[in-house]
Amino acid sequence: MTVLEQPGSYRPTPPPAWQPRTDPVPLLPDAEPFRLLGTEAAAELDPQLLLRLYGQLVRGRRYNTQATALTRQGRLAVYPSSTGQEACEVAAALALEERDWLFPSYRDTLAAIVRGLDPVQALTLLRGDWHTGYDPHEHRVAPLCTPLATQLPHAVGLAHAARLKGDDVVALAMVGDGGTSEGDFHEALNFAAVWRAPVVFLVQNNGFAISVPLAKQTAAPSLAHKAVGYGMPGRLVDGNDVAAVHQVLSEAVARARAGGGPTLVEAVTYRIDAHTNADDATRYRTDAEVETWRAHDPVDLLRRELTGRKLLDEATIRAEQDAAERMAADLRERMNQDPELDPMELFSHVYTQQTAQLREQAAQLRAELTAAGELPAAQEGRPQEGRQR
Amino acid sequence: MTTAAVGTDRKPATMAQALCRAMRDAMAEDPAVHVLGEDVGTAGGVFRVTDGLAKEFGEDRCTDTPLAEAGILGTAVGMAMYGLRPVVEMQFDAFAYPAFEQLVSHVSRMRNRTRGAMPMPITIRVPYGGGIGGVEHHSDSSEAYYLATPGIHVVTPATVADAYGLLRAAIASDDPVVFLEPKRLYWSKADWDPERPEPVPGIGRAVVRRRGGSATLITYGPSLPVCLEAAEAAVAEGWDLEVIDLRSLMPFDDETVCASVRRTGRAVVVHEATSFGGPGGEIASRITERCFHHLEAPVLRVAGFDIPYPPPMLEKHHLPGVDRVLDAVARLQWEADWTATDHPTPTAYESGAR
Repeated sequence: MTVLEQPGSYRPTPPPAWQPRTDPVPLLPDAEPFRLLGTEAAAELDPQLLLRLYGQLVRGRRYNTQATALTRQGRLAVYPSSTGQEACEVAAALALEERDWLFPSYRDTLAAIVRGLDPVQALTLLRGDWHTGYDPHEHRVAPLCTPLATQLPHAVGLAHAARLKGDDVVALAMVGDGGTSEGDFHEALNFAAVWRAPVVFLVQNNGFAISVPLAKQTAAPSLAHKAVGYGMPGRLVDGNDVAAVHQVLSEAVARARAGGGPTLVEAVTYRIDAHTNADDATRYRTDAEVETWRAHDPVDLLRRELTGRKLLDEATIRAEQDAAERMAADLRERMNQDPELDPMELFSHVYTQQTAQLREQAAQLRAELTAAGELPAAQEGRPQEGRQR
Repeated sequence: MTTAAVGTDRKPATMAQALCRAMRDAMAEDPAVHVLGEDVGTAGGVFRVTDGLAKEFGEDRCTDTPLAEAGILGTAVGMAMYGLRPVVEMQFDAFAYPAFEQLVSHVSRMRNRTRGAMPMPITIRVPYGGGIGGVEHHSDSSEAYYLATPGIHVVTPATVADAYGLLRAAIASDDPVVFLEPKRLYWSKADWDPERPEPVPGIGRAVVRRRGGSATLITYGPSLPVCLEAAEAAVAEGWDLEVIDLRSLMPFDDETVCASVRRTGRAVVVHEATSFGGPGGEIASRITERCFHHLEAPVLRVAGFDIPYPPPMLEKHHLPGVDRVLDAVARLQWEADWTATDHPTPTAYESGAR
């Protein structure tokens, strides 16, 4: 600096004044998670909406316990439980219109089911089959995504494409706290903000990425703070307060639909169960910590609000519980039937038309199955798999 | 076939121009076709392959994206989910690596995991290969990585006509296509009429570029001109070499390759990618499995060395050149005069119109 300022020496041209981008929407999240239940603002909430949310929460909890039980019985290869996180799952599905799209992670089967998917179909991959079990276009639910955060750019691309086509479709993409460390998280948020794509990113911060706590995941004040750097608003919400999550997501969806661009929502919640049945959560957290969060249970929070406001009586509580039991019994019964698998179908959808290489390999497997007397009935007399090139 | 097409407007065109024309024509015919990538818009691509597309079709159809390959391919997945046909550019071979997870985990599998409900009609254009004096990360031949991924097609043109025809086929395909563009050949020219492009075989077919009876050279992309030059030089040695341009590495045209090798009894696979774990090993293995009793000699490979791609000042030592190809041919244990002259003339596209 001093060298350049010597008298008579080179005088640099000042650079053009830097213009920060301005956005009428405040980007920084509040310091405290947004809450509605138990506050005075909750009195303004629509009782019908609250009752609908309650019914879904009760069924969601029962679905989680049933699916976990099915894992222990060997009927599911793996089940990443969302017990304790049902408020996020239910709110994510219900904040969307029918024409919108949901992009779930592997833990978000419940959101997909609340959106209308048959639970048995939604569990196909987790059962150990090779395909999603459902046509994603039917309920506009993308395949449950196992790699972390890689579904987020898909949501951005779909929302962008819809906008290019003139459709007012919004995509809501779900990711966990660990997923926010992935490169695809960054790229998706950046693309979404630059393109002003109608996307809502919902981070379910459940405290741990398998065993790694949030403090070892990020140094950011909150995950919602990450939004600021991309130029989109970040919202922090109590992830166990279903009314709050629903409201925050609904506002974000409405903003996106109106052309306001993407929002990053961090829902602070807790994973009551282990990561999956393959994980021992006692290695990295204490029972006391889990109990603290049980006291802040999403189903109980809403039930207390509803009973306190005399919107929920014992009969309704029982009716909802019975409905959940029927759902669980149906799930149990159908999941206990052995699925019909067709090994030959493994070759059917790799390409639009089977390649010569796949035809050869399919013929090999067919011969093996025939020799073993294991060719599925559906395959008898079927000459070839897939269309020919 | 087309015999020099008298009366048409055939003028010298470069491969880059033919590729650009393919995208332009595809975009004009189908509003679902979108081009996206870093620098593809205003600049027209660093190789000018997308030149003029943004001007003609607007920035919504030919989009300059943020600099992020995973993001480019990942958003293309979402666009394809909503019915668009994205054509993405990876700018340079080694720049495509950040997008590998999207390619391997989603692009290649989405059709399969949804039982055909979600096809991925995405064309991934990857300028690849050396010989342009590129610095590190600008000359890789990464085709073996792509070939290890089920669910994608891997295609590479070596002629101007193929550049147009194969890219049109790739964009029209409902399956994802990794479209490897030999950047060394971007400025290669041929007489080519963009208004009446000659028909070329679709994805999955190899073509014989030169008929011969002594031995078969199997190659693709940037190594095709090398092999054709080697075949001409070999005539002086009394060897009459057949040259096959694979054009498509997946699906692989076993039929054309094996028909040739069964006739010649000798084969050399030539490519720039590394020898160990490179496509040549797979090709040699397939030939051995299918043509063992016809072989007079082991199938040889002339490939890049198993080293990181060398710097510009040394790349001439790495790249398989004419001499190295001829050396391999000489190692095929010659016992008799294998020169044969009664081959049918290749058709126009087989000869490559180069």
